[in-house]
Amino acid sequence: MTIDLKTVKHISKLSRISIDDNKAKKLGKDLNSIFSFIEKLNELDTKNTEPLTSIAETTLKLRKDEIKSENIREDILKNSPDKNKDFFVVPKVVE
Amino acid sequence: MSNITDLKLVELVDKIKKKELSSTEVTIAFIERSKKSKKLNAYISENYESAIKKAKIFDQKPDFKKKLPGIPIAVKDLFCTKNIKTTAGSKILENFIPTYESTVTQNILDEGGIIIGKLNCDEFAMGSSNETSYFGNVQNPVSENLVPGGSSGGSSSALAAKLTPATIGTDTGGSIRQPASFTGTVGLKPTYGSCSRYGIVAFASSLDQAGPMTHDVKDCSLMFEIMSTYDTKDSTSVDFKRENYFTNLNENIKGKKIGIPKEYRVDGMPKEIDELWEKGIKIIKENGGQIIEISLPNTNYALPTYYIVAPAEASSNLARYDGVKYGFRSKGENLIDMYEKTRSEGFGDEVKRRIMIGTYVLSSGYYDAYYLKAQKVRRLIKNDFDEAYKKVDAILTPSTPSSAFKIGEKLNDPVSMYLNDIFTVPINLAGLPAISIPAGHDKKGYPLGLQVIGKAFDEQSILNIAFALEKNISFKNNITDWWIK
Amino acid sequence: MSKNNGEYLIIRNDNKYEVIIGLEVHAQVLSESKLFSTSSTKFGSEPNTQVSLVDAAFPGMLPVINEHCIKQAVKTGIGLKAKINKRSIFDRKNYFYADLPQGYQISQYKNPIVGEGSVILDMPNGEKNIGIERLHLEQDAGKSIHDIDPQNTLVDLNRSGVALMEIVSKPDLRSLDEVNAYIKKLRSIMRYLGTCDGNMQEGSLRADVNVSVRKKGDKKLGTRCEIKNVNSIKFMQMAIDFEANRQVDLIEEGGSIDQETRLFDTKKNETRSMRSKEDAHDYRYFPDPDLLPLELNDNFIDQIKKDIPELPDEKKKRFIEKFKLSPYEANILVSDIEISKYFEEVSKNSDVKLATNWITGELFALLNEKNIEITESPISSKNLSKLINLIKDGTISGKIAKSVFEIMRDGDKDPITIVDEKGLKQQSDPKELENLINKVIAENPKNVEAYKSGKDKLFGFFVGQVMKNSNGKANPKLVNEILKKKLN
Repeated sequence: MTIDLKTVKHISKLSRISIDDNKAKKLGKDLNSIFSFIEKLNELDTKNTEPLTSIAETTLKLRKDEIKSENIREDILKNSPDKNKDFFVVPKVVE
Repeated sequence: MSNITDLKLVELVDKIKKKELSSTEVTIAFIERSKKSKKLNAYISENYESAIKKAKIFDQKPDFKKKLPGIPIAVKDLFCTKNIKTTAGSKILENFIPTYESTVTQNILDEGGIIIGKLNCDEFAMGSSNETSYFGNVQNPVSENLVPGGSSGGSSSALAAKLTPATIGTDTGGSIRQPASFTGTVGLKPTYGSCSRYGIVAFASSLDQAGPMTHDVKDCSLMFEIMSTYDTKDSTSVDFKRENYFTNLNENIKGKKIGIPKEYRVDGMPKEIDELWEKGIKIIKENGGQIIEISLPNTNYALPTYYIVAPAEASSNLARYDGVKYGFRSKGENLIDMYEKTRSEGFGDEVKRRIMIGTYVLSSGYYDAYYLKAQKVRRLIKNDFDEAYKKVDAILTPSTPSSAFKIGEKLNDPVSMYLNDIFTVPINLAGLPAISIPAGHDKKGYPLGLQVIGKAFDEQSILNIAFALEKNISFKNNITDWWIK
Repeated sequence: MSKNNGEYLIIRNDNKYEVIIGLEVHAQVLSESKLFSTSSTKFGSEPNTQVSLVDAAFPGMLPVINEHCIKQAVKTGIGLKAKINKRSIFDRKNYFYADLPQGYQISQYKNPIVGEGSVILDMPNGEKNIGIERLHLEQDAGKSIHDIDPQNTLVDLNRSGVALMEIVSKPDLRSLDEVNAYIKKLRSIMRYLGTCDGNMQEGSLRADVNVSVRKKGDKKLGTRCEIKNVNSIKFMQMAIDFEANRQVDLIEEGGSIDQETRLFDTKKNETRSMRSKEDAHDYRYFPDPDLLPLELNDNFIDQIKKDIPELPDEKKKRFIEKFKLSPYEANILVSDIEISKYFEEVSKNSDVKLATNWITGELFALLNEKNIEITESPISSKNLSKLINLIKDGTISGKIAKSVFEIMRDGDKDPITIVDEKGLKQQSDPKELENLINKVIAENPKNVEAYKSGKDKLFGFFVGQVMKNSNGKANPKLVNEILKKKLN
């Protein structure tokens, strides 16, 4: 199977990474070589194999319902690129 | 004083405890050497002034019960450190200063460790040569223009060059063991769930593990004992009985059954690696261990599996770098435009490549063929190890299929770069512990490593086996200080 | 739209269309802290003051699940008579948005915590069963604010990470009345269980509405459209009505329906397409590797079962059987947990029939007038039961009771005190009443004549005169008895 330019562009859109045509072509080439190497998995019959969702040898631990976090607004907003003391600020959303 | 940096971690701890050295002397010695070693490009951020201050404070009121009494340590820049810039080797986090501390670095601080800087690494730990870092290539102190391995390349370089007495890295597919092998140092990837992932910039959540990188196995056991704690802030942290790995360390491997997987004899592997492996086998036999041929039949499928699972998780883990809350932001006309430009300019090529792979394998119509398939094969790979461990206590393999390569050599061939991790990746997929120790040199004089793989949570056994191997191998890292002159 | 025999049909050119509705209700779980972090869920705080490093998705931050939220979901599942799945999985739903800091929402996709269940609706023409497809836990997003800053969008993450239960119904709803009844019933069940406060103004209960239409008699379902995030029953009904008519018009014009997500514009009262095709979403669900599968054991579930209170359906049955209430009365009294509590407190110490009448009559009128909830009632259940007892034991008449009630509503005064102070006690002494009656008879000889000669209707006149002369305090029952004896 091959990944065409249109697919590369679609993936870049889903990934929210803009990409020009030249880069897309180069990336398409890389992806094709990586996927031809990944195709090796098709040799294996996994019809009766359960997928492994977690490797950790433990069960999900449950936390008590307690409020432990305080108001750390200053810390939360400190690193934000567009400074505002109350909010995160982003360019206008257009739907 | 000039030989402080030649001392190993345990020796330094000992000398500080005996008051033969002060924390300030030790800290300054490593900082001075680091300053002279800029050519290696091992550091991304230096924390020298603050470290010296902390060393002085330690010396005023030393607590010798601590396991790392006033010991300076540089750490991989993937660990979030409070008030110290943390970049993950990426432009997108270029100016990010965490207000919190990762659990692993907190454990080091709690035991008296002092952080002297943050070490270079592949961007978001995606790479095997440290060449994907936004902050530039790192030199392997073994030889000029040689890669130090990756992704913990700054860590392996700084350690081998004695800029830090020990360090910590993270290992998702070999990122501790491969650079350790490339630089003639020791690196341990613990069992998944042994060291907390809290505060470590995530690459692939189901594979990432933090671990120590040290000059020898003894240092490694001490560091691991400090790093490994149960942490309620990480849902995948496992609450098992942790040993006193350092005190329990011994070279007695009598009666231990060591497996040799036939699938690890790959075509085109340098003769020296085979010889090294044979040498390891001989040592084990001579020390009363038993060698058993085993089979891990799905080994060949590990790498393709890894290159589905890891990018898939990464594509999602890296979605948070969107220019909204922290880090780099590019100007955009609207929100979506801002996202696309920020992520396009903020991420490097390899990271973007993996995000794309991950997005693709999870996308509608391909999930079953790729991601689900990979999860099933991952089960088969784990089953291989489960079967093997019915017969053996540990497994011995080479760490890498080759020694360190030249900077730029594999940059344009991602698949050949990925093949570097062929011996290390299966262990991450199975969540097992493995240690790489230096075992010899190839004909170019570059170090080569052997890997000992253990049962889950049985780090003590592989530390002990590695300890026995180390004693008998007596590896010498012939590093000249070429970068200082 | 036409309503024939309670049916909701859309008629165009003699074609009758049936409307098929399914709801995905998002109910905020009642909990102190968020689903995966320890910050507070309190409503209405200053922006970004209830945001932890986990909620804002800082590098290296990890989710740790809140046990209480799991219990609440299981509890709700039991309340919906649903299957509790002992193994469920948390998945990541990947998409980019300003108020989604992780770039994904942790939700449950293929393996939800609760499976199929059902809800019974009381409709005018009988009970109707609505199937529940599933219930799963997920994180809420933050809030994007578009109208403060003209150039930018502002983001408040206080809600980010708050636990939601998404309750998905089967496409079993057929009318706007059923939608109304379904939402109210769900809300009622969750309020009984204490798993969601059901406060729609604060956004604790929102819904995505799936609408499709088909010609009456067709078996195959039409293509559906999903209307996102509607936050009141009224808007849901308006949105469904608009959307169903839009779809019918389209079909009648020979067009076809695109399966799509639409938005309800409350100002224009219309739905419109939300996303261009180019931007079609592909959520790339996969199991969250930061979490493990959630495993529940029998003991955990049994403990929760023990805590399940009597729910509206059971309570209704009991009220009908034990108190001999009509289904209609019982429905009203069990519809809200607080009403049922009030009723049970009142009826515990007083006559059930009177309690029912007084609560559904006078008290509801009062609450309506003041636009308040029963929990804020100016008259306590204790005093209302006292008032009822005063009627029951003949101390005051029903009519007097109403004027006592009028006094009680301003300050929850004890009715016994009111009756004493105002001297409103009913005259029940037969001697005194006889005197009163004798006086009336003596003063109205003509009417007595007329009555005796067959004008039965005049009996009421005598009663009225006696009551008037007693300032309304005469016991009407006794007055009747004595009068009858005297006049016959």
